[in-house]
Amino acid sequence: MAQHDKELDASGLNCPLPILRAKKALNDMQPGQVLRIIATDPGSVKDFDAFAKQTGNELMDSKEEGGKFYYLIKKK
Amino acid sequence: MSKKLAIIATKGTLDWAYPPFILASTAAALGYDTQIFFTFYGLQLLRKNLNLQVSPLGNPAMPMPMPVPVLVQALPGMQAVMSSMMKAKMKKKGVASIEELRSLCKEADVKLVACQMTVDLFEFDPKDFIDGIEFGGAATFFEFAGESDICLYI
Repeated sequence: MAQHDKELDASGLNCPLPILRAKKALNDMQPGQVLRIIATDPGSVKDFDAFAKQTGNELMDSKEEGGKFYYLIKKK
Repeated sequence: MSKKLAIIATKGTLDWAYPPFILASTAAALGYDTQIFFTFYGLQLLRKNLNLQVSPLGNPAMPMPMPVPVLVQALPGMQAVMSSMMKAKMKKKGVASIEELRSLCKEADVKLVACQMTVDLFEFDPKDFIDGIEFGGAATFFEFAGESDICLYI
């Protein structure tokens, strides 16, 4: 997986907490920096896609591995 | 210019507390300018000390771990038992508490407005409410809601 500047472990958290925590983490980052998110909520797949589309932050990668979901989001 | 979401929260039970706070906090994270107007029983959601309850009474759709006859559901203490069971389940499933969602809303500058008329009607003490809320009436609500892209009555 590509380089990232910050990691957020949202494992065990349910909707909408992964999105809210990710938004908070992005607030403290610089444009162009990449946030890696780990989540276990299956609903987060569509939600992070929708989050990226609506906020303009780029969803660089979204994948499942061993029951966990991994996302890379580049701050706008 | 950001989109706007206006919500009217009219209910004060644990289950009905979730939709306004989940939608408002998420909308704020998506960049919406968001306001919630709390009226009637919804005012309970603005108290400093929340003691939100849920009742299976009058709600045959509530999933129960085992069937409980309605008359048993009405026994003293049953509501408290059901409420703490629901809260325990939510915690186990990683669902945020109302306190947490509410503070996330405040952090994200969601405007919380208490209906002045209902505050007077129920003789609530404004000191019992969390800090940073505003008080207003129907016209106050429309000032924001009239410009909103989404308006929900919950």
